[in-house]
Amino acid sequence: MNHLLSWIIWLPVIGMVVIALIPRDKTELIKQVAAAVSGIQLALALYLWRIFDAATGTFQFMERAEWIPSFNITYILGVDGLSLPMVILMALIGFLGVFVSWNINKAVKGYFSLFLLLNTGVMGVFLALDFFLFYIFWEVMLLPMYFLIGMWGGPQREYAAIKFFLYTLFGSVLILIAVLALYFTCGKTFDMLVLMETAPTALNGVLWWGMSAIKVIWVLLFIGFAIKVPVFPFHTWLPLAHVEAPTAISVILAGVLLKLGIYGILRINYTMLPDGVFWFAGALAVLGLINVIWGAMCALAQKDLKKLVAYSSVNHMGYALLGMAAVIAASEMNGDNLIGAQAGINGAVFQMFNHGTISAMLFILVGVIYDRAHHRDIEGFGGLASQMPIYTGFVAVAFFAGLGLPGFSGFVSEAMIFIGAFPVFKTIVIISTIGILLNAAYFLWAFQRIFFGPANEKYNDLPEINKRELFTLVPLAAITLILGVYPRPFLDMVSATLNVLIDQVVSLGGLASVM
Amino acid sequence: MSNLHSLTHFWPELILTITVLAAIISDLIYRREESFKVAWWVLGGLVLTLFAIQIGGSTVSDLFMGTIALDPFSEFFKVLVLISTIAVVLMSFNSNELKDYRMGEYYSVLAIMAIGLFLMASAIDVLMVYLALEVVSIMSFFLAGYLKKNPHSNEASLKYVIYGAFSSGIMLYGLSILFGLTGTTKFIGMQTAIANLGPDSNLALILSAVFILAGFGYKISAVPFHFWTPDVYEGSPTTITAYLSVAPKAAGFAMMIRFFNQVFGDSTALVSETWSTINGIPWPQLMGVLAAVTMTVGNMVAIQQDSVKRMLAYSSIAHAGYMMMALPLMSEAGVYGIMIYLLMYLFMNLGAFFVVIYVQGKFGGEDFDNFDGLGWKMPFVGVVMTLFMFSLTGLPPTAGFIGKFYLFAAVIKAGTQYYWLAIVGALNSVVSLYYYIRVVKHMFLKGERSESVEMPASSLVTILLLAMALPTFILGWYFAPVVTWISESLVIFQGM
Repeated sequence: MNHLLSWIIWLPVIGMVVIALIPRDKTELIKQVAAAVSGIQLALALYLWRIFDAATGTFQFMERAEWIPSFNITYILGVDGLSLPMVILMALIGFLGVFVSWNINKAVKGYFSLFLLLNTGVMGVFLALDFFLFYIFWEVMLLPMYFLIGMWGGPQREYAAIKFFLYTLFGSVLILIAVLALYFTCGKTFDMLVLMETAPTALNGVLWWGMSAIKVIWVLLFIGFAIKVPVFPFHTWLPLAHVEAPTAISVILAGVLLKLGIYGILRINYTMLPDGVFWFAGALAVLGLINVIWGAMCALAQKDLKKLVAYSSVNHMGYALLGMAAVIAASEMNGDNLIGAQAGINGAVFQMFNHGTISAMLFILVGVIYDRAHHRDIEGFGGLASQMPIYTGFVAVAFFAGLGLPGFSGFVSEAMIFIGAFPVFKTIVIISTIGILLNAAYFLWAFQRIFFGPANEKYNDLPEINKRELFTLVPLAAITLILGVYPRPFLDMVSATLNVLIDQVVSLGGLASVM
Repeated sequence: MSNLHSLTHFWPELILTITVLAAIISDLIYRREESFKVAWWVLGGLVLTLFAIQIGGSTVSDLFMGTIALDPFSEFFKVLVLISTIAVVLMSFNSNELKDYRMGEYYSVLAIMAIGLFLMASAIDVLMVYLALEVVSIMSFFLAGYLKKNPHSNEASLKYVIYGAFSSGIMLYGLSILFGLTGTTKFIGMQTAIANLGPDSNLALILSAVFILAGFGYKISAVPFHFWTPDVYEGSPTTITAYLSVAPKAAGFAMMIRFFNQVFGDSTALVSETWSTINGIPWPQLMGVLAAVTMTVGNMVAIQQDSVKRMLAYSSIAHAGYMMMALPLMSEAGVYGIMIYLLMYLFMNLGAFFVVIYVQGKFGGEDFDNFDGLGWKMPFVGVVMTLFMFSLTGLPPTAGFIGKFYLFAAVIKAGTQYYWLAIVGALNSVVSLYYYIRVVKHMFLKGERSESVEMPASSLVTILLLAMALPTFILGWYFAPVVTWISESLVIFQGM
């Protein structure tokens, strides 16, 4: 198949058109089409993984087509070890998300059309290698999100949707300015591959209003991406959007959308502004630390289970930021510690993937209990373990994975991040271990309050988790467990690319002094 | 070119003039109930004019002893004017407000206005500038007050007259100072004369430039000359509001670009350093600040509106601000950006106004509340309006994004001293999301699923909506032909 990546991106849009042609009363058919399309997409993504050559760190399955020649806009797609796991994650979560949404009964046609459009937007961001195309996909994804939260969400959905939209658009326009600035200073091209080569030298020593151009562009891009991650203090849209969104949308939001920010920083900031990495690494580590501690403390204070899970995302993304900052360990001034840099950055990417599966699981589980009890108040349960033993088991798996217990994938990635970051950021790493403690505390405390203690009479006849829900949880739990014991398949997939990335950052950056 | 010879190149305007006469005469024949049929004469004339422009080819020359330019630049704006006039004529069929009035004069006056706009886009002589401006203004006063029985419409017309008379007086004063300094009324002649002026006439030159800027600012409703805009836009029939927000604005920009470029600029090319002839005032910075203030004021006030029509009126001020960002650059990319933006703006803004006209007719109002649940009751209209709103915000993949993209690109290309302007513009787009999406919120987030789904009853409505929506969507993805057309239209008559 020649245009494999295009197929992966555009297949959901084809599904959307098919759904648009189905009469709106045939809801079962609409769901089946959505499931089939996402299923095929998942199969394609897995096929892509199979034929992907993990030994080289370069882009593969490149596609190139003329688009708007007068502005040097080209349709370029490509996949490497950084985007492949994200593509697989999105395909998997998108597929499971259809089944999580099975109970939606309000405007089913509109829901699944937008759901598939969202899928296309996210896939496009991960696979686009032309800046213009990247930006279009980045924004396209906002439109369905607005409607999915705003129309199918909880009581405060209108406010949550507009807040999400305004925050992200604020970030996006800064990205747009940065993209245009890069275009005009680095040889008038949107081709990311070319920019990766030309930008570090073209921007070297350029001053804007007495500041280094690298710093200016870095900050513009970073704010744009940080809002998506979300990095403290840009995180306030997240708990609200998560709590108000319908379950499947929370799953996608936490599982995949948050990764777009980190993906953007690694793909664009790291490769095009390597000097900026050295300038910003310390701040990145500190921001990571704040995310870890702040996220954990907020999670500890929550009474709403979904909000707790939402803040745990802030907490987990903090580790990823810390791991990313560790890349500077490989430079000469930091002692040529290539192993450390590798551990940090591989850990960060692994953490992204793990958080994708674990938080998806957590949100699905929150949705399961909400569907039955119609509330998510942690204090309002108690003793559920006796009524819903299987459910309890899955929550235990998800919570333990979330708090980074050895044997689960989260442990591996967090350990790698700490190993990588320790030599360069000793104090920060030591303080952030408090985060792990808090992390365990909020999960275990919530677990105790919901499942142990005297059984709540009200919930004596709560039905056990059903087969459809199990179907969505089992694959995620399996991945978490398998990668926890045997992470090699994942690390093999990403490490070659990330080695190239480290090499790029270290060889091109850190030499020129960033003023 | 001599007067007689010029006539052979003047076919579009001549056809329009004949159209106006035909419209007036036919109006005398039709009875009151069928006076709307005048529209068919006007439509026919407009379409013929469009063909005449196409056939005319791309000669670059001056007509009528150097008062009017014949160049691809003016042709581009003539096409914009024609498209919007045709769209507005068609929209007027469905207007609820207009159905109690005799429509003959309405359509004839629209056609006269089109002639005025043509002249605005091609004038290269200050007398012609003034004449064209007055033709357009007087016709606008008339159309704004067309709803004779509606006090708001009367108010709109009166305010428009007072502001219009005042600002054109100021502008005339500025032009007369300029004439006194240079001794000619021709753009090109003025330019050479200004270059030879001594430093003692600098003050007079600055004064005249400021006065003329005020006149143009009024036409494109730039802050602080914008105060007429909201009341006039609210009181006028919505069809006319739609027209005023697009066509005169486009022609105003054409005139402004040409005037500043040729009178104060370097005659050889569209390059920067244009402002060097009028020293003493940092022109680019001043115009940049005006642009920033215009878009910010427009947006801030638009947020507070409860009527969608009024919101669109204020937001059109903001859009003028976005386009003004590219004015101080006076670069080829800047003019290019304005032209692309105007084209994209034409479709999305006319489309948005048309939906307002439709909702007004169907649900009896133009407030946000009248849009409640529209997306559930009439998904087609809802989706199309959503597209217009996202496009006006400037979100991809819509035409509005491409327009903004080219504008921002022009600003950033001009150098780091303008980066602040691009950032202000970008942040303003974020602000505008808030009020544009409010329409979407009322259409989709409010209201419930209705049992039956309605399409617009008249197929003309559907076709017109599609005619505005398809370009708004398609130009967001594939705009290469448009870009080529505009770059070919960038040829401005430079004197010979």
